Amino acid sequence: MITKKENVDALEKFSENLEIEGRSLWQDAAIRFKRNKAAMVSLVILALIILSVIFAPMLSQYAFDDTDWYAMHVAPSSEHLFGTDSLGRDLFVRTLIGGRISLMVGVLGAFVAVVIGTVYGATSGFIGGRTDRIMMRILEILYSIPFMFLVIVLVTFFGRNIYLIFVAIGAIAWLDMARIVRGQTLSLRNKEFIEAAHVSGVSQWNIIRRHIIPNVLGIVAVYSTLLVPSMILTESFLSFLGLGVQEPMTSWGALLQEGAQTMELAIWQLIFPATFMVLTLFCFNYIGDGLRDALDPKDR
Amino acid sequence: MFKFIFKRILEAIPTMLILITVSFFLMRFAPGNPFSSERTLPPQVMENINAKYGLDKPVFVQYTTYLGNVLQGDLGPSFKYKDFTVNELVADALPVSAKIGVVAFVFSLIFGVSVGTLAALRQNSWLDYAVMSTAMLGIVMPSFVLAPVLIYIFSIGLGWFPAGGWMDGSWHYMVLPVLAMAMMYVATFARITRGSMIEVLNSNFIRTARAKGLSYRYIVLKHALKPAMLPVVSYMGPAFVGIITGSVVIETIFGLPGIGKLFVNAAFNRDYSLVMGVTILIGFLFILFNAIVDILLAYVDPKIRY
Repeated sequence: MITKKENVDALEKFSENLEIEGRSLWQDAAIRFKRNKAAMVSLVILALIILSVIFAPMLSQYAFDDTDWYAMHVAPSSEHLFGTDSLGRDLFVRTLIGGRISLMVGVLGAFVAVVIGTVYGATSGFIGGRTDRIMMRILEILYSIPFMFLVIVLVTFFGRNIYLIFVAIGAIAWLDMARIVRGQTLSLRNKEFIEAAHVSGVSQWNIIRRHIIPNVLGIVAVYSTLLVPSMILTESFLSFLGLGVQEPMTSWGALLQEGAQTMELAIWQLIFPATFMVLTLFCFNYIGDGLRDALDPKDR
Repeated sequence: MFKFIFKRILEAIPTMLILITVSFFLMRFAPGNPFSSERTLPPQVMENINAKYGLDKPVFVQYTTYLGNVLQGDLGPSFKYKDFTVNELVADALPVSAKIGVVAFVFSLIFGVSVGTLAALRQNSWLDYAVMSTAMLGIVMPSFVLAPVLIYIFSIGLGWFPAGGWMDGSWHYMVLPVLAMAMMYVATFARITRGSMIEVLNSNFIRTARAKGLSYRYIVLKHALKPAMLPVVSYMGPAFVGIITGSVVIETIFGLPGIGKLFVNAAFNRDYSLVMGVTILIGFLFILFNAIVDILLAYVDPKIRY
């Protein structure tokens, strides 16, 4: 029957159509993501924040460390959009410069965590067996160590150094990542299409490159977006205690700490940095949620 | 079940040993010490001090001595507060943190789970949306932003609660710290409960229960709640850890004489033995609580037990 010419034509046409309409996992996800209003709005706001954090300080007539003894604790005005701090420094510029540091620490910290976590988790999950058991045991031990306290100790004893903070924060956060990636790899390893690839003689490395990595990438992407806000929070936590970024450089956590001390006198010193930070965290969380829904619809 | 509990407790021992070892060597190799601060002491005096605290012995001997003492529950003398032992300082500070921490933990668990359940039962209603957007705010608003805002509104503005201090734990000194600490976990518990409750309510055995004609209330309380609690129980560990860690900031903001404050002061003063003692104590609490959570999980989910 199938040899009939019209059937063959119909089939060909059908397969052509399939080709046109066929969408990859990623295109599908992109469409679902675009339908998510909260995530799209967050994306736009976040882009605006990032652009202004990068470019706006250059356009301002004030530098972040310009002190002005005649303009201490000035309320927001057309001259100082967000007012000034206790040393007469322009808060608008300081908030944006602080945002630069916070976002940078957030992204770099998340990057460190993602790289370590993915490599560790993928290795553990893919090799399996005794190696997997030992690696997971190590992970469990690390889980029980009060890292925040060790970081505080490290920072007070070995100097307040921004690179140390990157490393310390990144080193705390990779644990969850490793667990997630390991779980994903473990379940992938036994899937039929991996077996099929093995049977058809695909090399180990090519299986990892062609099948494992693309399938793990989704969850890594989701988790990285959710990791950035938690990294920003950790940095702010340290800066709030006075252990993070040092004067005259600043970050949102450091600004919040100054703002909290002078809030009876000058509430704007707390409000503006707090708004920026909370808004950024909001955006990252909604984007992360949107990505998760887009990449893993059954998880909803 | 007892076998599981026994095994779980046995597993905690190496973790504890590693924690003690790591913090001991971290302290020993840290530059500077509490006695090398303002003026240089005569060498004889230094020698005496070192001898008193056992710092003149080889590192390995110091380590085994310390390990032995810790295992007997003795955290040694404080380097900075010379008349106190670490145990005494901790004994003063721990009840304060424990009181706030326990209240915050219980509050966030009960409130978060009930709000999350409500939101799940009225999925996509205005109540659901209100709860979930407030929860999102609670998650992204860190305690060190929330605390000053609460102080600004309720202490400076309305004058309802004091802005700080402890006063032997009288309740209106506790309200703001507990709120500031708990908000994030209320929000997280609510989100987790809502998610898992919706999933459970959509599963087959709930449909069966409905088909049998059981009342909705009975189904939710008797059938859905226990399986829906699974992710909630597993989040209890991280929440506990987060509340203890958060106490560092909260106690600094509100000026409470708790463990967190003690720890930060000790770190700034380079009081080795105190820092070490507190780190080990908190690590012990983490390990203990993680073990409890695992045992609870095994109780809720039979799959883990076998």
